[in-house]
Amino acid sequence: MIERTPVLNFVTHAILFTGLAILVLPIYLVVVAASQTLPDVMAIPAKLLPGDQLIVNLKAAWIQAEFATKFQNTIILATGVVVGKIVLAALTAFGIVFFNHRLRMPIFWMVFITLMLPLEVRIVPTYAVAANALSPFQTILDVTGLVWLINVTTGVEVALNWNLLNSYTGLIMPLVATATGTFLYRQFFLTIPDELVEAAKMDGAGPLRFLRDILIPLSTTNMAALATIMFVVGWNQYLWPLLIITDPAYGVAAVELSRMVPDSNTTGGDVPNWHFAMAGTLIVMLPPVVVVILMQRWFVRGLINTDK
Amino acid sequence: MRRAYFKNNWVAALVVAPQLLIIFVFFYWPTGQALYWAFTLEQPFGGGSEWVGFENFQYLLSDGRYWDSVWISTVYALATTVLAMGMAMILALFADRQLRGYQSFRIGLIWPYAVAAPAIGLAFRFIFNPSAGVASYLNYAFPDVWNPVMNGNHALTMVIIAGAWKQVSYSFIFFLAGLQSIPRSLTEASAIDGARVMRRMWDIQLPLLTPTVFFLVIINITDSFTDSFGIVSTMTAGGPARATNLMVYKIYEDGFRGLDYSGAAAQSIILMFLVIALTFFQFKYVERRVHYT
Amino acid sequence: MAEISIRDVRKTYGKDEVVHGVNLEIRNGEFVVILGPSGCGKSTLLRMIAGLEAISSGDIAIAGKVVNDLEPRERGCAMVFQNYALYPHMTVSGNIGYALKVAGMKRGAREAKVAEVAKSVGLSEFLDRKPGQLSGGQRQRVAMARAIIREPEVFLFDEPLSNLDAKLRVQMRHEIRRIHNRIGATSVFVTHDQHEGMTLADRMVIMNKGTIEQIGTPEEIYDHPASVYVAGFIGSPAMNFLSGTVRGAEAAIRLGNEGRIDIASGRARALDGRLVQIGLRPENLTMVAPGAGAVTGQFEFAEELGSGRLYHFQFEDLTLTVVSAHKHRFALGQAVGLAMDPAHVHIFDGTSGTRLDALEPARVQTSLQVAQ
Repeated sequence: MIERTPVLNFVTHAILFTGLAILVLPIYLVVVAASQTLPDVMAIPAKLLPGDQLIVNLKAAWIQAEFATKFQNTIILATGVVVGKIVLAALTAFGIVFFNHRLRMPIFWMVFITLMLPLEVRIVPTYAVAANALSPFQTILDVTGLVWLINVTTGVEVALNWNLLNSYTGLIMPLVATATGTFLYRQFFLTIPDELVEAAKMDGAGPLRFLRDILIPLSTTNMAALATIMFVVGWNQYLWPLLIITDPAYGVAAVELSRMVPDSNTTGGDVPNWHFAMAGTLIVMLPPVVVVILMQRWFVRGLINTDK
Repeated sequence: MRRAYFKNNWVAALVVAPQLLIIFVFFYWPTGQALYWAFTLEQPFGGGSEWVGFENFQYLLSDGRYWDSVWISTVYALATTVLAMGMAMILALFADRQLRGYQSFRIGLIWPYAVAAPAIGLAFRFIFNPSAGVASYLNYAFPDVWNPVMNGNHALTMVIIAGAWKQVSYSFIFFLAGLQSIPRSLTEASAIDGARVMRRMWDIQLPLLTPTVFFLVIINITDSFTDSFGIVSTMTAGGPARATNLMVYKIYEDGFRGLDYSGAAAQSIILMFLVIALTFFQFKYVERRVHYT
Repeated sequence: MAEISIRDVRKTYGKDEVVHGVNLEIRNGEFVVILGPSGCGKSTLLRMIAGLEAISSGDIAIAGKVVNDLEPRERGCAMVFQNYALYPHMTVSGNIGYALKVAGMKRGAREAKVAEVAKSVGLSEFLDRKPGQLSGGQRQRVAMARAIIREPEVFLFDEPLSNLDAKLRVQMRHEIRRIHNRIGATSVFVTHDQHEGMTLADRMVIMNKGTIEQIGTPEEIYDHPASVYVAGFIGSPAMNFLSGTVRGAEAAIRLGNEGRIDIASGRARALDGRLVQIGLRPENLTMVAPGAGAVTGQFEFAEELGSGRLYHFQFEDLTLTVVSAHKHRFALGQAVGLAMDPAHVHIFDGTSGTRLDALEPARVQTSLQVAQ
């Protein structure tokens, strides 16, 4: 379209630039701080240009916070969440779209409801479950009297215990227990034409074959989108790891970051190592940002499809 | 409606079992437990728990501190939503013009979504620190004009700014997508009708963006109740003097620090209902308002 | 005066040129139909007139003023889009009156005008509805009303009837013609449907692959197609084509192994040895005794048209069709002679496809652009 709007174009660029600057400014300041020495960082008025200590500080922060271990754990966490979500969500969506049983809608709703309550609103009881993942079953057995029955007949005391604290399973499982991916898949599966299913049946394929040979290959873009989002979510996990991980060998990056600066805001006396802390911030920030930038198309598509 | 199904329902049962099992153990069971705990009280010194009906809730609702927390959470939710969505909408409207540099602007406005809450919290805590960092200059020039360590309002402002920064990208992505789903022929028709860029934004784009606005308002408000934990935890730990004690943080404090399981459970239940109500609202409204055919 | 002058206009996307040097003069008040298959560049040309696409090179002038750099709203054109492009959140009244609102007309005057135009297209009872509550035909009329109310110098139509069902399409076609007769503005109508073109046009422009193949009145184009392409595109059922060679000595064209048509000896000598394509419309062939016609074909089958039949004959490796009101009973494979009236034989060059028939009417098209 032919439109002569030089002034408006300039204004457009100005606005976009300003917006970008506002978003980037904090990070710029972080980079500046991460590249200065402690006296420089604490200087008043603050020095606004980057110093030359970036590599030094990054190294120091890496060692101080034991980021090597933390990164390893965080990668395991993120990957676990990605794989868990992708596989489970695909299976569940498959089960409710391509079969016609009465429980289809109830199962759909059951999964749907999990969308409404993110982990933050159920941390206390979820923690209790993580402490003993088999407690639900234990309770059920208790309540139904089966424990008593088994005890009386065989003399065996049933005490189920599976402690998930300080473990990878404990980190990953509760995060896999929500519906985001299932909806993405379900929406996509609903667009698969009936003819495709019928052709597969004529060719002699059973449901699992169909899933493996036809649905999964068709779902690759969805999977990429879901994987990108879930990776970012997994990497950035803070609250849940904070609660269930007390053993530093299992710590994750985001939690470690908060330990780099003491809790109370200190004004005098003990000066926090802001330059290390900011270097640490950069380190923790980098992987998911890189992933998002590289996979931006899938990322955006995944966001829009999971939430709309 | 679909006609083509597979007949083997046992396979169906098999494939949905894993997820159902996990959400039973890690979602429904804890939620049920929270309900149970909210209506009981643990006896001190062991001895099991006692059913107390609505007593926990009554105690909670008469507690000034709880209402303070609710008030702070509401202020936080509204402030971050308005700031984040306002900025995102303006940026999206102008980015949609797709002038030169569009791709760069787009990615530049999307990446903040990937930054973890504690990272944001820490970064802003540094920037707004009264004795180091950029804001310290203000205090140097005008002593003690900015002190989030002591002043509750300053602390809340700082937390709100951090929270809003976090949410801009998400809203931007959705606004941009909403704008791009408006058929190009509408823009062309209105251009032929004489409407210039700003007029088109006002008459055509904004009205057709209303479903997206509704959707994002609900999501932003809901998220601000839950996503805020990482920010508060790293920036202020709920202080000073509980000035930034958001509901989700209070649950954590009461439950894990104060070991008040019943109280934390009751608070969780209330927060759950709040979030459910908001989500319900969203689904009901968003379905109705879709404009384009 | 709203004549449109298109001079050597080209459109390039990146490295692809999709419109190659088009020249066209449209007279004031004329209804011109640009006809062609998908991808021929007709919509691009229309959008360049509207200002929705930039012109890569060449000029377009409306009412004498070059408009290349003018924005759409400065050109005095109104446009009806293929999918109507109605504003879904405004009422019919709002849609129709939008341009006036933008121009600053006060509400009272605006509503009066909207009511007037709505009445003229039969939409008076629908003014308070939203587009989503209207049928396809009604939406189409809203789109037209929106264009009419601006009293433009030029009306542009971008395949507006393609989304309607057959019956409605015919109805709307007549509506459009009636409105044109009433208002008299210059109209440019783009379509791929030759029926629409033939019914609506004062003049037609046939486009193919970015160039104009022929410009003329529907009658001219039908009776004297300038190329094989145009001849095959216009007319239904489609024209029959046969390859042949001119034999100057026999004053005839040899068709295949056994066919033959006589032509004037002067012409035969002038074209001696030339490879040609003969075009014959099904209605211009008559069925005679085998051997008595130019060619002899074998009967395959006949399509019942109601008012007549469309007979299919096999000739060498071609199918020839003949339309006749007579209902004959032929046996499968029966040999039937096909006679052709030399007045209706179209002769085209065998390689380039351009018309060779020297017996054209006296009126010569100054803006005739024949594809190379």
